[in-house]
Amino acid sequence: MLSKKTSVWNNLDWISILLYLLLVTAGWFSICGASFEFDSVGWFNPSGRPGAQLIWIGLSFVLIFVILMLDANFFSVFAYFIYAAIILLLIITIFVAPDIKGSRSWLFIGTMRVQPAEFAKFAVALALAKYMSAYGFRLKYLKSYLIVLAIIATPIICIIMQREAGSALMFLAFFFMLYREGMSGYVLLGGISAMTFFVLSLKYSDVIFGFTPIGEMLVLAIVQIMTLAIAYSVKPNAIQLKISAGVTAGAYILGIAVSFFVQFNFVWIAWGLMLLTAGYLVYLSLKNWVTQYLLVLLFMLLSAGFLYSVDYVFDKVLEPHHQTRIKVVLGLEDDPRGVGYNVNQSKIAIGSGGFLGKGFLNGTQTKLKYVPEQATDFIFCTVGEEEGFAGAALVVIAFTILIIRIYILAEKQKNAFARIYGHCTASLFFVHFLVNIGMVVGLTPVIGIPLPFFSYGGSSLWAFTILLFIFLRLDAARKER
Amino acid sequence: MTTNIKYALERRRYVLMGAVIAIAFVFIARLFFLQVIDHEYKAWADSNAFLKKTLYPSRGMIYDRNDKLLVYNQPAYDVMLIMSEIQAFDTLDFCRTVGIARQQFDQRIAEIKDRRLNPGYSAYVPQRFMNQLSAQDYGILQEKLYKFPGFYIQNRTIREYEYPNAALVLGNIGQVNKQDIADDSYYVQGDDSGRSGVEHSYESVLRGQKGVEILLRDARGRIQGKYENGKYDLAPVSGKNLTLALDIELQSFGEQLMSNKVGSIVMIEPATGEILCLVSAPTYDPSILVGRQRGRNHAMLEADPLKPLFDRSVMGTYPPGSTFKAAMGLTLLSEGVITTETHYSCAGGYPPGGGKPKCHGHASPLSIIPALATSCNSFFCWGLREMLDNRRRYPTVQERLDRWRDLMRDMGFGRKLGLDLPNEKSGQIPNSRMYDRMHKGRWASSSVISLAIGQGEVLTTPVQLCNLAATIANRGFFYTPHIVQSIEGEAPDSAYVARNYTSINRDYYDIVSQGMRGAVTGGTCRGVALPYVDVCGKTGTAQTPFGKDNSIFIGFAPEKDTQVAIAVVVEHGGFGATVAVPIARLMLEKYFKGEIAPEHKYHEQYYTNLVILPRNVI
Repeated sequence: MLSKKTSVWNNLDWISILLYLLLVTAGWFSICGASFEFDSVGWFNPSGRPGAQLIWIGLSFVLIFVILMLDANFFSVFAYFIYAAIILLLIITIFVAPDIKGSRSWLFIGTMRVQPAEFAKFAVALALAKYMSAYGFRLKYLKSYLIVLAIIATPIICIIMQREAGSALMFLAFFFMLYREGMSGYVLLGGISAMTFFVLSLKYSDVIFGFTPIGEMLVLAIVQIMTLAIAYSVKPNAIQLKISAGVTAGAYILGIAVSFFVQFNFVWIAWGLMLLTAGYLVYLSLKNWVTQYLLVLLFMLLSAGFLYSVDYVFDKVLEPHHQTRIKVVLGLEDDPRGVGYNVNQSKIAIGSGGFLGKGFLNGTQTKLKYVPEQATDFIFCTVGEEEGFAGAALVVIAFTILIIRIYILAEKQKNAFARIYGHCTASLFFVHFLVNIGMVVGLTPVIGIPLPFFSYGGSSLWAFTILLFIFLRLDAARKER
Repeated sequence: MTTNIKYALERRRYVLMGAVIAIAFVFIARLFFLQVIDHEYKAWADSNAFLKKTLYPSRGMIYDRNDKLLVYNQPAYDVMLIMSEIQAFDTLDFCRTVGIARQQFDQRIAEIKDRRLNPGYSAYVPQRFMNQLSAQDYGILQEKLYKFPGFYIQNRTIREYEYPNAALVLGNIGQVNKQDIADDSYYVQGDDSGRSGVEHSYESVLRGQKGVEILLRDARGRIQGKYENGKYDLAPVSGKNLTLALDIELQSFGEQLMSNKVGSIVMIEPATGEILCLVSAPTYDPSILVGRQRGRNHAMLEADPLKPLFDRSVMGTYPPGSTFKAAMGLTLLSEGVITTETHYSCAGGYPPGGGKPKCHGHASPLSIIPALATSCNSFFCWGLREMLDNRRRYPTVQERLDRWRDLMRDMGFGRKLGLDLPNEKSGQIPNSRMYDRMHKGRWASSSVISLAIGQGEVLTTPVQLCNLAATIANRGFFYTPHIVQSIEGEAPDSAYVARNYTSINRDYYDIVSQGMRGAVTGGTCRGVALPYVDVCGKTGTAQTPFGKDNSIFIGFAPEKDTQVAIAVVVEHGGFGATVAVPIARLMLEKYFKGEIAPEHKYHEQYYTNLVILPRNVI
């Protein structure tokens, strides 16, 4: 027993642990900055946010110790059980949780409150790893796809019913893992494209530059360029790539030159290029007698169709209050002070930090509650304002290294369970990192999700800690054998 | 799973890791743009979080030349309210306490909330509900304030006046208008500034420097404390005190004598150019233009047909009448037209003009000194004729008239003297172009002969007339008249310590001075003679387009080492000798003796009670 304990500590990936400690510590200081108030109760008083977070960090260490002490097989063995328990908790939550700012996702246990949705993340990861690592599993048959989708969709539905659409969206991270495990790249590409197009076309639907509607123009240009890239990937041909890229670039440069004299709609150029691309794909498929090119063509047409149906459905079919609802979800219209108040304030806070920042506790924007949710979802603002570009970039780099490190470790795993779980872990961190920081710096829609290890709150801290350390425990086991 | 597929899938990690690195790169680029390249956000952050609270300095006080306090500051109380903090309260009780009607209350609340009228409105920021509560109402409200949550009292200061006099000299203060704000970035909406008088011309000295307190404000407008413990706060700098050259005793005595009359009394100390009194009648009590009744009273004064807001001493332009003969005499002597030996005849009028202008009985022919003493019209008409029609000096009448005009301008006529009071008028001294226009280029002395006796196109302000007397007293120079003697902690203004020499020889001034002395000892203004000082004077009776003539007097005393020069103008007072001269005499007695001797009290009473107002006003 003693020898095994020692071996766990010896085999742990200390790079990941150091990054974890670094992020948690930086997170705690950010919370101090964000919740600093005149006449505040002090940082170590549990009734204040820094004090409470300190307690949760301490309890995280207990959790870590427990996880590391467990046998690595425990997680594989109890995966379904844990999953079932969490789903049950999610369902109960729907019915018993009180309404807090429109959300029914909090469970009260005495004075403590927890958000089961956070814990669902590692539970789904465990269940997926367990199911997909079973002997003879192939991500090929309809049945296996359906079960995998069911494992992912069940908590998503529960969480949507708790009116936490943002959290539910994070479960799409598992598709990165599915991609790694054999799902067609086109599914991932299609999904990401559809989301990007949807957001772009809606976000920029009212932005018109000259005669050009920017949203439509952007999406069409991206679709055309992506189509060319996919066509190239089917059968690489450098000369054809150069020609098509040259034609595309040439058409736009010519368009810009002409627009100095005559204003016109750039969408025409995009459409002209798409027609050319379509003709080119038909030619390729006839010449090479390969149907894949027609699939690529289909992708292009579907994408264009999707773009116009988004606009059509949004403008003509949906009622105005539905439109508003969607815009609110997208962060296009999310507050009483006019479109983009939160993001603007957040950008102001970050921008005012400058290169080296205003210094710990000197942030005026976050301190004065200009930024909403500054200790939770918008915590990165505080980093940007008080620690400046240097601090913010360092946090970005730390997250990047952690995520890459987990991907590398996941690929090193000899058993599928640990590999799949590792990919789930890395992808979840990635999506949270992407959406949260993207939101704070004004690049992605406002979706209320926490920044792992930074955002104030016990549930998310514990959930991400458990997620990470189960993987680190599995990784340690790899070396034990 | 075949090795091939397995290998292909393992390669997919590069796509995933590549995506992570690409996103990290995008984020860092974005952060670099927001935080390092774009400086706009920093400015936004400042305006967002800082509440710059203005700390108003106390305005400089004003003293008279004997250090008597004239203008000071009194606390006043504004009722402020913060809309978001208001809870249910007894509105009627509140209205009764501050003395307004219920409708006024509702209307005021509506005005405050109306963003068109009140663009800076915020429910979290104090709004001014009522201006300048009286001390009495303040006391009552202060006691009851606990009953009215959301209402506060803010202290500010208003002007308070020790004397009911010198309103036009002191001026008043009022809220700045849009133009003031556009002209001077110091002001913001709601600030006060001097609107007239010394308050206006010395605004930058009196106002001091506003201070600022930088407070941190959160997104809901709540104050969170001082920024950096007040490190960047700026304390207000109080305005500087002014000491006027004015003698308030003399001023109030002058105003008393001028009551129920229209006109002006100006007294200047020739040795310094300091204005000892600057009476413009009618006038008003400066304290009525303070506080909440300011607007109403100002409108009332504006509507008054006698124009009490019009400072006649520097803005009223009058034909100087015979007082101008002193200046004419100087010009004629200086140009060599006459000497003390030159005699002109007078036949009860000016013969070339067919006996006009008329004259009165005196010895004839006569020279310059008796001509001044008896105020002979003919003498100066002959002189002007000689000056304008004699081709020896300059070839054309135009050049000769312009020479005359230049000498007059040297003496301070036809131009602004440069007083430290706003809206000074230049009066009028005609030039050749003016007559060319009037007479289509063909004219001679006969066309303009009334200039010789200070009528026609000549217009002067009372302060210019007094300045003439001061120049004669100084024998050829004057200091620019000024009302402010000194500014606390500042060197005197160089414009007021330099002598302005006229281009006329000192000897000629002696001659004119003798003539003016003669007028007092045995001429037109014997009534101004004082037993203890040699007074020199010159009366004037200026015709006006309607009503009785204006009664005018200029003079100085003593003849040598003069202490004071004086000009009195009483509109429609008749002969100079009947009203202006006795008033000047009383003023000089007050100046030299400090009080009116008992045997002259009757005069004081008589002229104080004398009513000379335009008939349509009474």
